[in-house]
Amino acid sequence: MERYDGLSIARSDDLVFGRCPRPLHVGGLVIGGGIVYPELNFTLPPMPVTGQTMPQVRDEYQQMADDACARACALQVPGLVLELELLPELTREPEWGAQVTAILRERLDAYRSSHGLVSALRVTPSDIRDFVRPPLMRAGREWERMVRSFGLCAQAGADMLAIESTGGKEIHDDALLDGDLGGALFALGVLACRDMAFLWDMIVDVARRRHVIAAGDTACGFGNTAMMLAGSRYIPRVWAAVIRVMTVPRSLVAYERGAVGPSKDCAYEGPFLKAITGYPISMEGAEAACAHPSPVGNIAKAAADLWSNESVQNVKLLGGMAPTVSMEQLAYATRLMNVASANAKAVELRDWLVESDAALDPQAYILRPDVVFELAGQIIAEPTPYLRTRRAALAALQVLRGAASQGAITLPHAEQRWLARLSAQAEQLPEDEDSFIEQAVSQIDRRKVNLDQYDLAVVT
Amino acid sequence: MAVLDELREAVIDGQAKLAVAKATQGLEQGIPAEVLLQDGLIAAMREVGRLFEEGEIYVPEMLVAARAMKATVAVLKPRLIEHSVQSSGTVAIGTVQGDLHDIGKNLVAMMLEGSGFEVVDLGTDVPPERFIDAIRAGADVVGMSALLTTTMTSMKDVVDAITAAGLRDQVRVIVGGAPITAKYAAQIGADGYAPDASKAVRKVRELLAV
Repeated sequence: MERYDGLSIARSDDLVFGRCPRPLHVGGLVIGGGIVYPELNFTLPPMPVTGQTMPQVRDEYQQMADDACARACALQVPGLVLELELLPELTREPEWGAQVTAILRERLDAYRSSHGLVSALRVTPSDIRDFVRPPLMRAGREWERMVRSFGLCAQAGADMLAIESTGGKEIHDDALLDGDLGGALFALGVLACRDMAFLWDMIVDVARRRHVIAAGDTACGFGNTAMMLAGSRYIPRVWAAVIRVMTVPRSLVAYERGAVGPSKDCAYEGPFLKAITGYPISMEGAEAACAHPSPVGNIAKAAADLWSNESVQNVKLLGGMAPTVSMEQLAYATRLMNVASANAKAVELRDWLVESDAALDPQAYILRPDVVFELAGQIIAEPTPYLRTRRAALAALQVLRGAASQGAITLPHAEQRWLARLSAQAEQLPEDEDSFIEQAVSQIDRRKVNLDQYDLAVVT
Repeated sequence: MAVLDELREAVIDGQAKLAVAKATQGLEQGIPAEVLLQDGLIAAMREVGRLFEEGEIYVPEMLVAARAMKATVAVLKPRLIEHSVQSSGTVAIGTVQGDLHDIGKNLVAMMLEGSGFEVVDLGTDVPPERFIDAIRAGADVVGMSALLTTTMTSMKDVVDAITAAGLRDQVRVIVGGAPITAKYAAQIGADGYAPDASKAVRKVRELLAV
């Protein structure tokens, strides 16, 4: 198990796109070695996934990969990562997911042979454990299917394995909507961190046996759920920003158990992970508007080593099929970043990207490289996942209060009220984890969670 | 009637115990339960809705207000039943089969409850037959949610199943979720589509003419 107790990057100016202290070599790519590569993700158009439709499903994926690779070659990208995010059906039937993996592997290999396209394939099985409610995290049919999916996909040609795991989400969703900081801390700092340790031991074991890379795990179900809710004005933006920082210790657990990156594209906690671990990250932003809106479209590029479109349906646009259009957008976005690097202007471009977003939303502000550097340093100085998550909340709130008082961000009255309210809640969070758990367990809806799945049987 | 003002204030502030106390006081003063419901609770939630629409408050504040209302309705319910006062309608809501995403669905359920509807939350990964059972149990509206392009097609299965069961004339169907559009709703034979939770409430009101 790798222990992290400090930052891997010496100063915030070293937190820049395309470069990291521990680059990864895969499929001829050197991720984090100076070049930002596009990472393309795509999904099916509206259609059911069943045994009857699987021939069409396979055809869709083959066509998407073919067209995207052809466009990547035409635009002379320096390399390409394809991500296959398995739909729930393709994870619940592990052989189906492996069939699609094999198709993408074959297409990437064909373009490597015919056009010299260097590439790698990331496969991300779906976390299907919460098909059972309350979720069974460590046993049962869904767990077994998911484990089998990881193994078969690695065997079928994945270079990297990743996941958007959901441990703790059954409690976090309510905490988010209730504006309950203690509930979020329990979900992220207690439940999610424990689940990550268990889950990632399995993924790292599969990866080692199959000689593939254990990449990373995004807190999408937590941080991006908050971002979407804030985008719809359902929750305050300051709350979503605090949640984002609180996801860092949870996602870091994967690295402590053996993950080596690149982190998942939708893990906007990636810059913090890069600062701490030194491993490369994937990010998404402006070119992911095809999948979802965000207030961080440019600033998300600041520290990216892979730049992604998140996901796009295979539908026809005037410019071609949507995944091919995304491929082109990513090619141009990364080309600009790489030209800046080649001209020793990466930090200058980074700072423009940062400046264009940072003052407009607290969720963007907390992604400023200097802020990431400061917060990551405070988080990693704490010894346990619980204390790190608690520190993440306290430090993020302090940073946001400072930014608001200095006019670095402008918050409307309702946001300011919530910043004060969350700060008051944060003062009540105890340092002692056991007493916190005891208090939290008495307040949560016990019908929604199997505490024994998180090593918490003792306190039940 | 000062007690009505105080009841409204308590609900808007999300103070459940105070709201229950004020409703009880109102009943003791001889104010009809229906008046306490309409001019107290529902009026308060209408104001909460206005504050939300204008960006003055967020869902967490709406939730505590809705909970205060729910606790108070429980106190009024025996009197309301006594006087045959009906709820605005019953909505059975669920995320369709194969899909586990439920935050959007939960928000719609919460806002419907806060607007005086009875809500039967069927949960996630809901097969067509459970929607049918809910209609047979008295649902006036079926609400379906989906986030994935591969599960949205289940919505049509549900509409078809409702039709095949001979229940289509006695229920309204509303759909929503990231990949859903008004056009898709029309294609599958739904009665309505809503792009977000507050518009879902408006659509349900419109469909039930309440």
